[in-house]
Amino acid sequence: MKNRAWLFLLPALAFMAVSAIIPLVTVINYSQNYIFAGSMPTFVGLENFVEVLQDPQFLGSIGRQFIFTFLVLLIEVPLGIIIALAMPKKGNWVPLNLVLLGIPLLIPYNVVGIIWRLFTQSDVGIVPAAFNGLNYAYNVTLNSGDAFFTILTVDVWHWTPLLILLSYAGLQAIPNAYYRAAAIDGASKWSTFKYVTLPKLRTVLTIGILLRFMDSFKIYSEPLLLTGGGPGTATTFLSLFISRKAESYELGYASAASLIYFFIVLVMSYIFFQFISRVGRGVHDEG
Amino acid sequence: MAKLEFKDISHSYEYSFGTVKDRNKAKWVINDLNVTWEDGTANALLGPSGGGKTTMLNIISGLLRPTEGQVLIDGRDVTDLSPQQRKIAQVFQFPVAYDTMDVYNNLAFPLRNSGYGQAKIDKKVRETSDLLDLDEYLSEPAGSLNEGEKQRISLGRGIIRDDIVAMLLDEPLTLIDPKLKNGLRRLLMRIQRELKLTMIYVTHDQHEALTFAQYVSILNEGTVVQSGTATELYENPKEPFVGFFIGSPGMNFVDCNLKGGVLDCKGFELNISHKLQEKGVESEGDMKLGIRPESIAVSKEQQEKTHPFEIQVIENFGHYYILTVEGCNSRLKVQVSSEMDVSKGEEIYLSFPADKLILFKEKKRIL
Repeated sequence: MKNRAWLFLLPALAFMAVSAIIPLVTVINYSQNYIFAGSMPTFVGLENFVEVLQDPQFLGSIGRQFIFTFLVLLIEVPLGIIIALAMPKKGNWVPLNLVLLGIPLLIPYNVVGIIWRLFTQSDVGIVPAAFNGLNYAYNVTLNSGDAFFTILTVDVWHWTPLLILLSYAGLQAIPNAYYRAAAIDGASKWSTFKYVTLPKLRTVLTIGILLRFMDSFKIYSEPLLLTGGGPGTATTFLSLFISRKAESYELGYASAASLIYFFIVLVMSYIFFQFISRVGRGVHDEG
Repeated sequence: MAKLEFKDISHSYEYSFGTVKDRNKAKWVINDLNVTWEDGTANALLGPSGGGKTTMLNIISGLLRPTEGQVLIDGRDVTDLSPQQRKIAQVFQFPVAYDTMDVYNNLAFPLRNSGYGQAKIDKKVRETSDLLDLDEYLSEPAGSLNEGEKQRISLGRGIIRDDIVAMLLDEPLTLIDPKLKNGLRRLLMRIQRELKLTMIYVTHDQHEALTFAQYVSILNEGTVVQSGTATELYENPKEPFVGFFIGSPGMNFVDCNLKGGVLDCKGFELNISHKLQEKGVESEGDMKLGIRPESIAVSKEQQEKTHPFEIQVIENFGHYYILTVEGCNSRLKVQVSSEMDVSKGEEIYLSFPADKLILFKEKKRIL
């Protein structure tokens, strides 16, 4: 090799190989075999994929995953914008607000899961107690709806602050002249929001939506700790479903499902990427 | 169109927001202003940054409510009305175009907000875009235009409303590319004349103010120091600040003492007794002498009534030089033709024509 620059890339390449490339190749390899612990793998080609795609449980968890992610975005994005708009722009309360909003973001996923598990436990939890007060028999381990919406609530509680902070930063960056011009032009509050605020927030919102999409699509710790994926399969999201399969030593099946999962994330990320770059050009496309 | 008036306007942000409760401790950005802008005139507010210019403009347009005083439009008190109710248009330093709309819809925006019909809107948009040379961009997205074009859109959103009483411009050219500046300034002047708009133009750039406006008000520390035409301000500054602010470079000032018709400048003396007599000035004592760099006569040879100075700095402005000279306990700026051969450290001889001298006593002009 003439170019010694490659030497400097070696550590990074080695790290990548160990952390990403080798596992990925292994998974691709596994996905083409029937493997059960202890026995020799048998090559079956694409049979695992056919099996996965015909498995109602897998399809069910995909559907659940899309509904969950869709609801997460539908709630967190508008909520984030509304709260950011309501926050004070300057003054002594700003730092306090920002710190308080940052707290949920700093808590690790598994701790969040445990906190909410305590909150929702049917004997001592505050959530069932509160619902009892409203004459609703809340039970996260028996009622599928309760379980699903509890996980959703946890995600909203945990991650809306991210969108608030992003929107808040975006709002601060909008030059005052825009609002003044809108006032001079006699724009209503709604028009001002629609033609000034929202377009100017587009870039940060796209980043926020992308992050929340990818993250909520990978949700794992919260259902694992809170509901264990139940009751039934009500909170068995994709990653939980796949890890269950791997835990029961169906490695070929789990690998095939992982690759399909990976493919979905890849395609969706590509779509979002296209969307982001269109936001950059957005001004040219519209009109 | 209309006549605009300020009646005893004072403004303090601190006092208005209530962060400072004591009237005397609050910082007042504008102090007891009484100004009138006549109908259909081009006016400028000129002053250094932080002098209260933009605050004044926002009070006129209604974006800001003054702490004290009244704003009158054609004699009617509009202090409590919103910008839209006052029917005032304003263009900002930062060119504002609504990026998600095309140029057509940008221009139509204020009309839509006032509930105009589509036929009327279409007619007005065509007229306005024609006036501003924006016709070819009408279907372009506003976000793809350059700053100069965006500023034309801002202007267009103002003049498209046929009910506006005045147009306010807050340093509209500051952020515009130098190449586009001249064209935009000419456009502004043309529009002012064609539409007979009452325009108030805020700037810290004296060239912009003096070329654009018929009447210029010099603003400093919240008060109007002097108002007048460009020539009046240049030739007859009432305070040292105006002399210093108008002209580039500004007027030279020398501390001196007047006694018995002789001005003692602590290094050279000037006899101005006949000038004092002519003008009937009897004051004596500590003064400030003001003279413009272009009024000082420069010679390379010592003559009668000349004073020796040494050249410290030479700045080349093309067809003239600005020399910074030192001597006779003073440091002055002098303008000379670039045909004159000068070099750093050289000795030159200055004389001060009596009819170009201006005297200030305690910041007020006496001669």
